[in-house]
Amino acid sequence: MHGYSGKILHIDLTARKTWVETKPEEWYKMYIGGVAMASRLAWENIESGCDPLSPGNVICIAGGLFAGTPVPVGGKYGMASKSPLTGFIGDSLSGSWLAVTLKRSEWDGIVIHGTSEDWVRVFVDDDRVTFHDASNLVGLNTYETEDAIRDEYGDDQIRTACIGPAGENLSRIANVSNDGRKAGRTGQGAVWGSKKLKALSIRGTKGVSVADPDALLQLSYDILQAAQGPHTQKYRILGTSSNVLNMNRLGLLPTRNYQQGTFEDAELVSGEYLHENYKAKTTACAQCPIACEQIGHVKEGPFAPAMGHIEYESLFALSSNCGVSDMEASIKAIVNCNDLGLDTMSTGVTISWAMESYEKGVFTKEDFKCEKYPEGFEARFGNGEAMVALTEMIAHRDGYMGDLLAEGTKRASARVDEERGTETYKWAMNIKGLELPGYDARALKTFSVGLAAGTRGGCHNRSAAYDPDIKGDVDRFTIDDTRGELAKSTEEYAAVYDTLPLCKFIRRCFTGKADRAGAWPAIAQLINAVTGWDFDYDAVDLIGERAHTIKKAFNIREGWTRADDYLPWRWHHEPMKEGASAGHVVTEEELEYLKDLYYEAKGWTKEGFIPKEKLIELGMDDVAEEIGV
Amino acid sequence: MPTSTSKYQYVACDPTKCVGCQICEYVCSQTKTGEFNTYRSRIRTVREHKILMTAVACRTCEDAPCVIACPRDALTQDKVTGIIHIDANRCDGCAWCIEACDFGAISINPATKLAEICNLCEDLEDGPQCVKWCPKEALALTTPDQRAQKARHKLVIEEVVKP
Repeated sequence: MHGYSGKILHIDLTARKTWVETKPEEWYKMYIGGVAMASRLAWENIESGCDPLSPGNVICIAGGLFAGTPVPVGGKYGMASKSPLTGFIGDSLSGSWLAVTLKRSEWDGIVIHGTSEDWVRVFVDDDRVTFHDASNLVGLNTYETEDAIRDEYGDDQIRTACIGPAGENLSRIANVSNDGRKAGRTGQGAVWGSKKLKALSIRGTKGVSVADPDALLQLSYDILQAAQGPHTQKYRILGTSSNVLNMNRLGLLPTRNYQQGTFEDAELVSGEYLHENYKAKTTACAQCPIACEQIGHVKEGPFAPAMGHIEYESLFALSSNCGVSDMEASIKAIVNCNDLGLDTMSTGVTISWAMESYEKGVFTKEDFKCEKYPEGFEARFGNGEAMVALTEMIAHRDGYMGDLLAEGTKRASARVDEERGTETYKWAMNIKGLELPGYDARALKTFSVGLAAGTRGGCHNRSAAYDPDIKGDVDRFTIDDTRGELAKSTEEYAAVYDTLPLCKFIRRCFTGKADRAGAWPAIAQLINAVTGWDFDYDAVDLIGERAHTIKKAFNIREGWTRADDYLPWRWHHEPMKEGASAGHVVTEEELEYLKDLYYEAKGWTKEGFIPKEKLIELGMDDVAEEIGV
Repeated sequence: MPTSTSKYQYVACDPTKCVGCQICEYVCSQTKTGEFNTYRSRIRTVREHKILMTAVACRTCEDAPCVIACPRDALTQDKVTGIIHIDANRCDGCAWCIEACDFGAISINPATKLAEICNLCEDLEDGPQCVKWCPKEALALTTPDQRAQKARHKLVIEEVVKP
C-alpha cells in the first residue's frame, strides 16, 4: 500500500500504554484522511453519550494523503473528538508540519484515550512512544510550549501540537495550536485540557514513497506554477482579510454582534489598511506555494509588541463585530488568542455578546472585575482595551466574566438568562453552540441552511453555500426549490478538500476552473499517483458525501434531532437597517422549507435521519446498523 | 565569523521572499534519494520566530574548511565548480566536516551515517531542483559577485530611481 502505513497508533493516557491497530486498504479508500478519517476514528472509538470533558471522549488525529510530498497545500491533518461546545462532532483541520512528521513517523492516525492524573506530554519518536511530566510546561503559551520541547530535544524537525492556558482552564472555545497554525473551532483544546494533555510531539525520520513519483512531481509542479498566477492573487497579496471591504460592500460584514452588516470604519480594519501599515511579512503553511498568511506587527503604543498572522475570520470577529476600529487593538486581541490558545472567531463573537449585553443593561461595570481591572471596566462596543482584556480573562477564567465567557455564547447566555431573567439568547450568535463566521446569512439564504444544518455548527469552512449566493448564481435574498441541492453539493465539495486534505485556496489552480469538472479529474490523478489506486471523478465525488455522512451519523448517535438545525433568533426576527443587505431575515417558515429541501437532496428522511439503504449504498454497513432508519 | 565564499556558484536564499514552505526540501530529498524526507535534504529551511525564514545549502567556500577538516580526505573540492564531493568509501561519518561548516550545510544520513552535501544537481540538465521549484523565486543559483551586483542595482532602484 502506498501513501499509508496501514497502522493507527492508540495511546491510553490513563494506563499509559499504547497499542497498534491495522486497517485494511478498503478502509482507507473510504475515509482517506483529514476530517473524514478523524471523524471515522471518533465514531469507532468514542464512548457514545459521554460528557465531552470526560475520559470517555477521544482525540483522533488523522494524517493527510499528500502530507510530506510536494503536492501543494497538502500539509494538513484532521482532528476530531466530541465537541465540548456543541456536544456533536468537533472536526478541525490544520495546516501544519505536524501532518508531515506524522506521515514520516509512519502512523496514519493517532487516537488518544483516557485521562492522565497529572499534566502530561506525549512524544511519538517514530515508532517509540514516551510519556513525560508536563508540569514545567503548564501556564506556558502555545509558542513557548513548542519552543521548550524543541529546545529540550535539540531537533528543529520535531513538531508539536499543544494547548495554551485556555485549554488548560477548560475553556470551551479553546483550540489546539501547532507551528502557529490552529486546529480551531468546536473547542477541542478543552478536550486536551480535560485529559491533562499539554502537548503531543512527533519526530518522523522515515522517507515518504509514492506509487508514481514522476507523475506526482509533474502534477505538483504544474499546480505550483499555476498557484503563482491570478487564481490565488487575492490570497498572496492581501490574504483573506481582503474580505473586510468586500463583505462591507455587500452589507454582510458582521458589526456590533451582527446588529449591522456594514461598519462605518471598515477601511480602518481592512486588509488593505493592514497591508499598508502593519504588514511585516508573508508566510506559508507547510508545503504551501501560495503563502497567504499576512503577518501584522504592532511596534509601538499600548498594544505593542504584538505580532501574528491576521486572517479575515479573526479580524471581523475582533474588530467590526466588537465595534472596534483600532487595528492595533485587533492585532493584539488576535495575537492574544493565538498565544493563549483561544479560537479567535468564537472569542470575538462571545465578547460581542457580552458587549451588547452590557449596552442593554444586563451587565454592569462590576461584572467585569478582574485581576488587572479590580473596578471592572465599561465593556461598550468600540472599546478596544476592553476587548483585549477580555481575551486574557477568558483564557484564564479570570473574574466572573472570564469564567462565564469561557463557556461560549450558548452556555453563557443560558446561564445569565436563568440567573437574571433576561433574554440574552436573542443575541447569542451561535448554531449548535458554535459561534458564527463572518458572513451575515440573513441575506445569504442558501448559506443560511448550509450553516443551520452544519454538522459542527455554524461554520463557513464546512459549508461553502455562500458561494452561489455571493457569486450571484442565485438570488441571495430569496429562496427557491434549488437551494437544498445547492447546500448539499457545496458542503460535499468542501468535504473533499477537508478529507484529502487540501487547502481550498488551490481550487482554481488545477485547470483554472474550481468546479467539480475542473478539479476532480486532477485530484483523482494526484490520489492515484500517491496510492496507485484507480480513482476517477465519481470516486472523488464520493469522498465528500462519505465524509459528511460519517459526521452526521456521529451526531445522530449523540442525540441529534431536526430542531438542532437552527438559526440564531436575531437572524429570524431582526432585519438589518443599513447597507446592501438591509431589510432581510430568514423566517422560521423559510428555514423549515429549506431544511425539507436539503434533507430531501441528501436522501434523508423528512426528520433528517439517514435511511439504512443510503448508508449501505455508501458502503457504510456498520453505520447503517447502528443509526440507519 | 562565517567563512567567506568566493568565486563559485551556490544556491542562495532571499529571506524577504522565502515563505518557509519547505518545498525545496521535499524536492531535494526526492531528487537525491528517491524519497520525500526532509532529513535527507541537502538544503534546509530555517524558521525562527514568526517572520524569520530562509533556506541554507552548501556555499561552495573557496579553500573549503570542510575539506580541510576531513581527517580521511573523503572530501574534495572541484577546482572548476567549487562543488564538494564526498567519497563514501573514505567517509566514516565522524562529523568533523559538519563542525567546520559555518553554514550548517552538511548533514549525516540517518541510515548510512555518512556525510551528505549539496552538489548543485550538477548531473541534471536543468540544474538545482530546489531553484526550479521554489514558488517564490527566493532561491537562486548565484555567485557572491552576482549577489553584490544585485544588491547595488536594488539599492539604486529603491533609493534613487523610485523616489
